[in-house]
Parts: sequence; structure tokens; C-alpha cells
Amino acid sequence: MKPTDIKNPEYFHKVVDCQYACPAHTPVPEYIRLIAAEKYTEAYMINWDSNVFPGILGRTCDRPCEPACRRGRVEEEPVAICRLKRVAADNKGEVKSLMPQIPEEKNGKKIALIGGGPASLTVARDLAPLGYEIHLYDEWNKGGGMMRTQIPAFRLPEEVLDEEVNYILDMGIHTHFNTYVNSMKSILDKGYDAVFVGTGAPKGRDLSRLPGRKEGDANIHIGIEWLAGVAFEHIENVGKKVIVLGGGNTAMDCCRTSLRIGADDVHVVVRSEYEKMKASPWEKEDAEAEGVIIMNNMPPKEFVVKDGKLVGVLFGHVNPVYDENGKRTLVPTGEPDTFIEATDVIIAIGQDNHCPWIERDLGIEFGKWDLPILNEVTFQSTLPKVFFGGDSALGPENVITAVAQAHQAAVSIDLFCQGKDVNERLDPMVNLVSQKMGIHEWMYDSAVADDERYKVPHADQKFSLKDRRMEVELGFDEKLGFKEAQRCLNCDIQTVFTTDRCIECDACMDICPTSCITFTSNGEEEDLRSRLLAPATNLTQDLYVSDILPTKRVMIKDEDVCLHCGLCAERCPTAAWDMQKFLYNVTKAHTGCISTVK
Amino acid sequence: MSFIKPTFGHPALPKNKVGYRKKDYEGVISTLCAGCGHDSISAAIVQTCYDLSIEPHRLAKLSGIGCSSKTPTYFLSNSHGFNSVHGRMPSVTTGANLANKDLIYMGVSGDGDSASIGMGQFVHVIRRNLNMVYIVMNNGCYGLTKGQDSATADFGSISKTGVPTSFQAIDLVGLALELKASFVARSFSGDKQQLVPLIKLAMTHPGFALIDVISPCVTFNNGAKSTKSYSFVRDHIEATSALDFVPKEEEITVNYQEGQSLEVELHDGSIVRLNKLAKDWNPRDRQSALNRLQKAKNEGEILTGLLYMDTETKDLHRLLNTVDTPLNQLREADLTPSIEALERINQSFR
Repeated sequence: MKPTDIKNPEYFHKVVDCQYACPAHTPVPEYIRLIAAEKYTEAYMINWDSNVFPGILGRTCDRPCEPACRRGRVEEEPVAICRLKRVAADNKGEVKSLMPQIPEEKNGKKIALIGGGPASLTVARDLAPLGYEIHLYDEWNKGGGMMRTQIPAFRLPEEVLDEEVNYILDMGIHTHFNTYVNSMKSILDKGYDAVFVGTGAPKGRDLSRLPGRKEGDANIHIGIEWLAGVAFEHIENVGKKVIVLGGGNTAMDCCRTSLRIGADDVHVVVRSEYEKMKASPWEKEDAEAEGVIIMNNMPPKEFVVKDGKLVGVLFGHVNPVYDENGKRTLVPTGEPDTFIEATDVIIAIGQDNHCPWIERDLGIEFGKWDLPILNEVTFQSTLPKVFFGGDSALGPENVITAVAQAHQAAVSIDLFCQGKDVNERLDPMVNLVSQKMGIHEWMYDSAVADDERYKVPHADQKFSLKDRRMEVELGFDEKLGFKEAQRCLNCDIQTVFTTDRCIECDACMDICPTSCITFTSNGEEEDLRSRLLAPATNLTQDLYVSDILPTKRVMIKDEDVCLHCGLCAERCPTAAWDMQKFLYNVTKAHTGCISTVK
Repeated sequence: MSFIKPTFGHPALPKNKVGYRKKDYEGVISTLCAGCGHDSISAAIVQTCYDLSIEPHRLAKLSGIGCSSKTPTYFLSNSHGFNSVHGRMPSVTTGANLANKDLIYMGVSGDGDSASIGMGQFVHVIRRNLNMVYIVMNNGCYGLTKGQDSATADFGSISKTGVPTSFQAIDLVGLALELKASFVARSFSGDKQQLVPLIKLAMTHPGFALIDVISPCVTFNNGAKSTKSYSFVRDHIEATSALDFVPKEEEITVNYQEGQSLEVELHDGSIVRLNKLAKDWNPRDRQSALNRLQKAKNEGEILTGLLYMDTETKDLHRLLNTVDTPLNQLREADLTPSIEALERINQSFR
């Protein structure tokens, strides 16, 4: 194998599994260390700079970082990254003064943001400090978009949402609330220099062809619309027996909301197997802990209506069968159908993009599934001044993806408005700094804690089930937060090897607790992976290969289960190994918030 | 500074036949200088005991004083141990072995501990052919007292002091051969491929087994002009043979060229295969070993590998004709003859 090029920032970036997996590439270990040091404000600002909504995401993120966490490969469970983010948000001090100042003198460019959700708000935050005049349109009377309408208050308290939405709106954003934009043409006619579309995936799927759908309509609801109705208090109660159709996070929110506004018998009925449900495992757990019954492999067959009133749903029974390509077919088992009684049914089987308000003769082309045709790096549409981000861009994902896309769209809009090429984008900001303080002394806490993942305390169900606004998760307190933060392996503290300093004493290989380091003759990757001290079977993790050493061997380090404990560097007599902190920051349109990253 | 090793290991590494992971054979974190050759030897001992599926409670590690003699703390934490007086490890081991011959005895010593203060003990334990592994971690200097030349420092070799050694060196391997030790080998801490099979072989040997391991002192004796530095040893190393230790009931997988390879069956049914690199040398012929050693010395080479092995040797217990049961397990009834037995003995003198 060729020596690893550590000058390529992506090499070490990939080693920081959590940050690499995060769509916004938030420097996770950096803020976790700050939490452990009780520097909550600094930890919050690192998050705010990267993901804009630390308090919101610390409660509701889909956490792609956690399945990626290296800790999950050396023991049972990853670090509770998401809930640590909330610790920073809960305990932070004054942050407004650390946020960028908005220039009084504008730069003369006007931008329209359609939709008031996470994507549009992120664009606003990135562009307002640069002097853009920003107009934000939303159909509701407050900003936040789906974070307000689709995430129930027992998971995300309104104060938290308002606080983080207002940090942005207070940047002098011109808000046009209660304004449903029904024509893109009318917006374009207003002469904006650029338009950003962040309208989400607002159309909940229906089961319009299922028998009884029309007849039972009064008691059959579409999940996201129903949740919005509850959030804005248009809906105040639901019947005693509720069936939720669908297995995603919206379904979990619907069933738990039902329990809080009148239902006492709630079934979630899903076509697929339990394991294949789209809902996050913790959402399923929380729903079940509250008494929701989840039933699987049961597709609905008919809404049963008697005397013009919905009385329940009839379900079939299937077995999922997978072919060689992993494609699933649902084969009926032949068991008799099951009837489940219900006063109300909530359909939460997915969402679609829906942009009927964009006239199709403006030059904005649409492709498959009614999604706009976009450059997936710049998020520019086929009409150069129109940009997309969030669910409306590449299809439904999650808040953190919307934020990540919006950062990129903001970079594009800025370049576009300055008359520059949107494809000429700056590289990420990277930094690599030795952590050596003295012999065997590091600037980071290198010891590896044995603790198992801590559970987030929950509010007593006696009270939480009675009040749909009462937050269920209480969050880690400072003490628990510290303990959980200590579980982080500091994967951003990189093991950096300098070939010409190595005297091949084997000390690093001998001390490595997870047998990551091997000195051996070079070879092809496949061959090398098989003859290391411990076989390197995780192909998603790279091998770090040195130059040829004096004995004609090479040093190979399998990054897979490295604990970043620094022992290789501590036992190295010549400092051929060094522990160096790697910081990777995605370039945004504006990175002028007062940096707390040192 | 780290004081404890993380408890996590590589999840894919297997357990050995007796159900232990390699990690279970480790000790606490080393306090020797970073890069010390001794740590590599400790790691080789860990690897050997894991590979041979030694149950930790079946092994006793004993040492004297010095950097080398600190190492038993850094391996086999679950085994018996005795850190004895300077140079007196052989007599403590002798006592332990006489009391309980069922244990495996791993003696660890250094060049000061063996070639100076413990020289008397060293030669006598060879003479008695005590069943033990005797590892000398040989760095040619007194590392624990700021690196003065030791008795094994080669004439003319220059340590960190900058002054060439003015005395002739004691060659422990030559001395052991001269004293008719039943197993003699030399190795280098930076060559685990050789060292691990040698320790395995030594542990299987039914008598005294000496391995003199050149182990660079990174702090005081690792300069370019030291004959015990990493670079000097690597440049001047020569091996008698490539060694492959095949424990009993295991398949032989390495194939050497015909004519060059030599198979020796050991007393317990294990096999050692040697791919001979040195001509005119036979590991079972002491004279050839002595000749080969002298030749290497004359040519300025450091001869490593197995030098001599007597598979038919008789250890101290067999020489003393002790009973099969370890002495510490003999009860009063076994040791005190009955009145009838006394009567019988007295009768025999009439």
C-alpha cells in the first residue's frame, strides 16, 4: 500500500466517526470535551456555529452520529452525543453577545426565503451578518416550520424552540408570517436577488384507495396535519381508542400525543417488521414505555364504518420475504384478518414533496417524485437565482440534513449575489495541533472511562401523560453529563506517525490496548488486512500506512477500534507518534461568530 | 501520564484454549523508559503464555533487582511472583522449585543482576540444571543507576557517558555453554519472530534454559557507537536458524527447503523445526555451538537464535531422585514413617 496522505483533510476527518457521519459535520468531540470542562457556553457556540439549533437538536436529532460512534465498536453502546448537546444548551450562559453582529449598513442585496423551517432559518443566519436584506415567508404565525408543527411539545418545549428561532429572527430578518406563498412568479416579480425554497415535504401520504376511507373521513386524520393542528390548538382532543398507521417517527409522535389528549388505548399498526420500522429505536422504546402497543406485519385492508361512523380497521397478516437482492415482498400468511376497534385513525405513512405553487414555466425544472432538478453541491436549481434546501430539495430527511444543505445553499447564494462562480467553493477549515504538554502529558484527558452509557432521566408518567406540553426527558444534569462526556474517546485527537523518527522498538505495538498497530512487510490492502496483529475486517475504516522503515517494514495502524488513549505516543521514545488535535470546520457563508474553538 | 491501561481490547481477538484473551496475560502499565527493549521482552512473554494456553496460576515469575527485574510487574498479573534480593533470584527459584515442581518457573534477570552481583548464583543454578526459564534482559549498562557500563558491555562500546568500555565483556552465553547448560539461546528484543518461539521452546525444555536477550537501553546505551543499540544490533545480527515451535497435537504448517531443515521432537511430543542458516552447526552438538559462537565473535557479528539444546537432560529433581508428588503437597502421613516402617528399617541394619 502507498503511504497514507494525512495532508488530505478527509483522512483524519473520517477517523472522527461522529463528525464524519453528521451531515453538518459538527466537531463533536471538541464540544464534548468542553462540556466535561463545564464550559457549556463554548460548547453551545461550537454547536450553534455548525448546526444552528443545539437546544432543539439536542432533543430531537435523528443522531446519525451515534450509530457511527467508535465507542459502539468497542463496547455495547455509543456515547449519548445528542443528549450531551442538550446539556450544553441547558447550562449555557449568555450567548447572544457571542453571535455575529448584524451590520447596520446593508450590502444592497435582497433575498427571499420561502418557508420558515430549519433550512430557511439557517440561510438567514448565514447571510444576515453579511449585510443581506432577508425576507422570510411562512404560512404559520411563528417561525420554526416542521420543528413547531410536527414535533410535539413533550419532546421539544416551545420555549426552547422560540429561543433558538428568535436568535435568528432577531438578526433583522423581515418576517412575513401568516403568508402562504402560492406563486413563485409573484415572488420572482418582487425583484429579489436570490430566492431560497425551504418549504419542506408538506404533504402527508394518504390511503385514499382503501375501502371506507371516504365514509370514515371525519375520524381519519393525516399525521403531520393532525400534529400541526394539536400544536396550534385547533385540535384539543381525540377519541378513546386510536390506531396509528405507520412506523416512522411521526407515527411515534402521533401515538404519544394521542395518549395526552384523551386516548387511553393506542395501537401503532405497521406493515413491516419491528426491526425494519423507520422510527428511531429510542422513539419506539419511549412510546412503548408509555403503554402504546406496536403491532407488526399487519397491512390495513379496510376502514370499517358502521352507520356512517368509523368503528375500527381490518388488518391482514403478512410475512416479509426477501429475495437475493434484498428486495422485500409481503406474503400473506393465511391467518384470518384482525379487526381492531378505533374511534380515530391517524395515518402517518410518510410525506411527499409538493410544490404546486411553483409555476412550471419559470425555468425551474422538476424531475422524479416532483423534486426540483438541483446541483447537489450548490443546491442551485435550473433557474440560477433560485436555490433549494431541506426536505424540499432532495426529499424528506431530517433537521440536521436540512441545516447542512442550507449552509451550502447560503454559500452559493452569497457567491451568486457577488457575481462569482457558485462552483468555486472554499475548502474546509482544518487544523492539526500537537497536544503534547511535556513528557507523557497531554492537553486532553486521555484516560478511557469504562462507564456504560447513562440513561437520560424521564419525568414521572403520572404527570407527563396528562400534559402534552410537559417535557418527558429531563436531560442529563451536570453530574451525569460529565460522566457521559467522559465516555467520549476523543477520536479527533489523532495519532500522527512520523516515519523517519521511528527506531522500530515495538513499544507502541506492545502497549496498544486494542492491538491496532502492526509493523510488518508491505503488501496489498486485502493481504495486509488479513495479517495484522488483529484482523482488520471493518472495511469502512482505513489503514494508516507509513513510509518504508529502515528494516524494510511499514507501520500499519487499523483505525477501526483505536481508543485514542495516547499510549502509543506515551511509550514512543522518539516522538515518532504524536497526539494531535484535528479540527475540521465546514466553510460557511459566514463563520464570523466569535470563535471559542482554540 | 497514563497510570492504567484501558480495559477495552480488540473485540475480534480470540480466546485461547483455556479461555483467556491475550490481555489477560498482561500486567500493569510499564514504568520503564518509553521504548525500553525490556517492554518488548515482556510483550513476547505475554504472547508466549497466551499462545501456549498457560493457565496463569501455573506459572511463577521471579526476579532480582534492576530495570529487568521490575518487568514481572508488567506481565502476567494473574501469576505467582517473587521479586527477590539483588542477584539472588536463582536461589529463591531453587527453593520454590524444590517445594513445588509442578509450576513453570520464569526467572527474569539483567546483566548486572546476573553477570555481576549474581554471578555466583548464575553459574551454580546452571550447574544444578534447575528446571526454569532464565531470561537475561541484557542492555550492557546499569540503567537504574544512570547507565554505568555493566559487565556485559563490549570492549570499546560507547554508551551515553561517551567513554569507551575499557574492560572485556562477560559473554553469558559462552559461559553457559562452557558450564554445560542444557539449553542456551540468544535473541534480540526487537525480533519477536525469533524471541517468541525461543521462549516457547525454553518453557517446554525439561531443565535449565537460558535466553540472553539483547535489549537496548534507549536512555543510556542506544547511541550509534554502542554495540547494544537498536541500530547496531540490527546491522550485525546473525541467526543460527529460523525457528518454528509446533506444540503437541498441532499441525505443522511451515515448510522449509529439504536438506536445510531439522526437526527435533521434544520430551512432551512438541516439535521444533529449524531452518538452519549457519553451516557447521548442530543444535545438539555443544562443540559446534561453541565454534559457531567464536566464529561470529571474531567476525564482529552477534549470533542469535537457538545455540544448544539437550533434549535428554535430567533436571535437579531427577538428579536428586525426588518423589513425583511436589514436596509441598506431601502430608505428615507421607513424611512420617509409621512405627512398623521404622521397625523395618531398623531390622535392615541388623
